[in-house]
Amino acid sequence: MFRLDGKTALVTGASGGIGAAIARTLHAQGARVVLSGTREAVLAAVAGEIAPDGERVHVCPADLSDPAAADALVSAAEVAAGAPLDILVNNAGLTRDGLAIRMKDEDWNRVMEVDLAAPFRLCRAVLKGMLRRRAGRIVSIASIVGVTGNAGQANYAAAKAGMIGMSKSLAQEAGSRGVTVNVVAPGFIQTAMTDVLSDTQREKLLGGIPLGRMGKPEDIAASVAYLVSDEAGWITGTTLNVNGGMAMP
Amino acid sequence: MSEIADKVKKIVVEHLGVEESKVTPEASFIDDLGADSLDTVELVMAFEEAFSVEIPEDAAEKIATVKDAIDYIEKQKAA
Repeated sequence: MFRLDGKTALVTGASGGIGAAIARTLHAQGARVVLSGTREAVLAAVAGEIAPDGERVHVCPADLSDPAAADALVSAAEVAAGAPLDILVNNAGLTRDGLAIRMKDEDWNRVMEVDLAAPFRLCRAVLKGMLRRRAGRIVSIASIVGVTGNAGQANYAAAKAGMIGMSKSLAQEAGSRGVTVNVVAPGFIQTAMTDVLSDTQREKLLGGIPLGRMGKPEDIAASVAYLVSDEAGWITGTTLNVNGGMAMP
Repeated sequence: MSEIADKVKKIVVEHLGVEESKVTPEASFIDDLGADSLDTVELVMAFEEAFSVEIPEDAAEKIATVKDAIDYIEKQKAA
């Protein structure tokens, strides 16, 4: 089950921990994967680690803060892969945290641009072909804070909540063509950023997670692999909360 | 039939997968040719691409039949 042989997937933000894990998992399920991100050297390293022989793996760097980059990326990815995109995983994102009363417009706008407008443009670009081919899978990686909110992240939470509303709308627009659009909302994932927490901070954090541990990038990757599979063909417009039980919206 | 009419017809046949004989000038995309709202948007986008014209939203809304499309594109091309 959940095999992706013959499918081509574009994963943005593939140089990061979660993105790399998603790319690795989709590749392991048989998909041809195109890795995108801003850091070309890191992408190349991830690609080399996924498939040392370069089999079914391609690198297409892109800076999604440039509005023209999304269309260009989809074209470049299809050329690199030599096939139309069956799967889009919107994973790229960034944060510019700060309490609202001190948040600059620039920090609000940058997060909206990269975390919400760019995924929209990528969806729009891939949907044209998917609608024509009567098949396709889009999964966007949001965040638990898009559902619960979080002090210090008004911009990021708004962008991630926006991603959920956008995906529900696209799911309704594309449903009649067999294209599904879903969201995965991760909770706390163990990364370099959470590794530096103090023991007290960590204990407090874990106290709020019924499953008693932080998530691994692979926990997110597995849910993406499921949602992009043929078997998940009757699931659309949903948000899968992968957070150890920290929030149960 | 004009070259534009031929090309419009071909796009409609290809996109909606209907018999060529059904694509008469009076045929309505939605009522006669089985298109849904998404099809009509895709058709307009296909026309835009094929004829290198821009069809704004308010004009696109008025294109209901094959003849509407041909007339609009002929007018744009003549302008």
